Amino acid sequence: MLSSYLTMAAILFCIGLYGALSKRNAVIVLMSVELMLNAVNLNLVAFSKYGVVPSLAGQIFSLFTISVAAAEVAVGVAILIALFRARGAVNVDEFNEMRR
Amino acid sequence: MATVYSQYAWLVPVFPLAAFLILTAFGRGMKQAGAIVAALGSFGALALSALVLIEHLGGADEYNDSFNWIEIGGYALTAGFDVTNLTALMMVVVSLVAFLVNVYSIGYMKDDERITVFFGYVALFTFSMLGLVLADNLLTLYIFWELVGVCSFLLIGFWYQKPEAKAAAKKAFIVTRIGDVGLLIALLLLFWYMPDHDLSFAAIENVFGQTGLITEGITTLIAILIFVGAVGKSGQFPLHVWLPDAMEGPTPISALIHAATMVAAGVFLVARTFPIFEASQAALDTVAWVGAFTAIFAASIALAQNDIKRILAYSTVSQLGYMMMAIGLGSVTAGMFHLFTHAFFKALLFLGAGSVIHAVHTQNIHEMGGLGRTMKTTAWTFAVGALALAGIPPLSGFWSKDAILAEALHANPALFVVGIAAALLTAFYMSRLFFLVFAGNPKSGGEAHESPASMTAPLVVLAVLAVVSGFVEMPFGGTGWLGEWLTGHAAEHEGTALVMLISTAVGLLGIYLGWLIYVKGAISRDVVTSRAPWLTRLLERKYYLDEIYHAVFTVSLRAIGRAFDAFDRHVVGGAVRLAGGAAVWTGRAATRMQSGQLQSYGLYVVIGLVILVAAIAGRRFW
Repeated sequence: MLSSYLTMAAILFCIGLYGALSKRNAVIVLMSVELMLNAVNLNLVAFSKYGVVPSLAGQIFSLFTISVAAAEVAVGVAILIALFRARGAVNVDEFNEMRR
Repeated sequence: MATVYSQYAWLVPVFPLAAFLILTAFGRGMKQAGAIVAALGSFGALALSALVLIEHLGGADEYNDSFNWIEIGGYALTAGFDVTNLTALMMVVVSLVAFLVNVYSIGYMKDDERITVFFGYVALFTFSMLGLVLADNLLTLYIFWELVGVCSFLLIGFWYQKPEAKAAAKKAFIVTRIGDVGLLIALLLLFWYMPDHDLSFAAIENVFGQTGLITEGITTLIAILIFVGAVGKSGQFPLHVWLPDAMEGPTPISALIHAATMVAAGVFLVARTFPIFEASQAALDTVAWVGAFTAIFAASIALAQNDIKRILAYSTVSQLGYMMMAIGLGSVTAGMFHLFTHAFFKALLFLGAGSVIHAVHTQNIHEMGGLGRTMKTTAWTFAVGALALAGIPPLSGFWSKDAILAEALHANPALFVVGIAAALLTAFYMSRLFFLVFAGNPKSGGEAHESPASMTAPLVVLAVLAVVSGFVEMPFGGTGWLGEWLTGHAAEHEGTALVMLISTAVGLLGIYLGWLIYVKGAISRDVVTSRAPWLTRLLERKYYLDEIYHAVFTVSLRAIGRAFDAFDRHVVGGAVRLAGGAAVWTGRAATRMQSGQLQSYGLYVVIGLVILVAAIAGRRFW
């Protein structure tokens, strides 16, 4: 039972990772990151039910993650809108100021 | 007899050392005063060493004092001084010639800008040479031996603006170094084989005086290696090539270092370590034959040279060969006697040549002539020196050469013939030199003037010494006073009347030939050149030895050097450049990775993680 949940989470994580590393559009990158977080949530919930030592801690952690992710997306989208207003674009590869 | 002055003999080298230190420290401020300081330093040395000599003439005992210089475990390295009759005599010779040369240089070097530096070097040399003479063991002697070599180098290259002087200084240093390596190896061998690693001359005399303590093969090896050192320093064949070139230095230096004292150090060394040579007949024979060959070889080169100083230089090489031959024949007395008289008359000849050069500003004897009229003092003192060198009685050179020749006739007639032949050549080239320079008509336009008194006074003193110094060892009545005083037993003189007759006849014949050719013109000057131009050319080019050495040693050594240089540049340097380059390339690649693209960074992290996981997983199957 556990392995199917984990496989599902791994597939989700890989799709998210692929999106985060390869998409140019910052909005899609942000969504891909959410996908990866949700894969982690799925793992946490699955282990809290079918793990070696089942406990509620996993589910509480996933609730935390969801709320933190919501806050993160709010901040992220705010930054994106600010960037779009300043630069007129949301392409990730155009923002390489960190090199300097 | 009690020793009063001998115990203070260590002070003798201290005087010139003090002069050197003063001149080095305050040299800039003093111009003419520097010469006085140096002269006073050598005069102090002369005065004290004369007192020591007088004491030893009165029959004082040998005096030795040493201190522990370095202590290593149970072994102590000592340094000290030895006052024997031999060292007392050498000390006086060295300090006397040094003093006279100092006085002479006041006039000769008057216009030189670096006059204080010059006198500083001379004082340092005097110190080192006296230290070499006084040293009571071989290691101390070796230190001073190298010091005189350095002084010689500095003084040959004193006019370092001249490229020839620079090259000559380097040549002298490198060629004598070849000999010094031999001496060093001999020293190490002695250190290894001597009981208690004792290198003092007293111990050497003890050990080699008895048979069986050290095997004959080792004895011969050590003796030959010491002789190699002496060959380098005393300009014996085949390492004589540096001495004629050393004439690029100032003339007083040629007189002091390259005629009277330092080049005699090799002879002195062999005399000092004579017990080693005495224990090996093969070594004695080597010394005798090398000496005899050098004597006639250098004399033949001197026949065809045109530079006044080079003629005298080859003459020095030839006379040093005589001394070596005498010692090789087993007579330290005859060798040291010739060293003693040679120091005076050859220093006289060089200083006379310096006086001539000072007056006419050339060294080519064909451009001189008629100087006897204007430079009377120089001319007659030079004549005294030349006659002494040619071996005309009753001058000093006659007695000492006679002692050697008598020894040769007694021990080895073949060497006697060589010696007589060399004596004939000597008389001939000296008369050629003298008549070309002082007789005939002046060739240069300007009138030559006699040199100042500070230059002629030493000439007169040396001329007197060149006359009388031979009388210390008269072959009459079997007295042989010097020999008895030096070695403890009187030298035998057999058949000396015959030897005296032959050597005098040969000397006069040589001078007569020179007179016939160069004054009277009865024989054409080109008599040899026209019939056998190759012979003149061979002698003029010094048997092409410099060229041969250049082709054999310099070129091959340079090729080896180039090979090592290439190895160093390409193999060793290549490895270093590879290591450095690898770091640089890694750095460049790392810089390119930092593109500012967040997604690339993420990709690198993922790749790193994959490698890490793969590595950890892979270890299970290893």
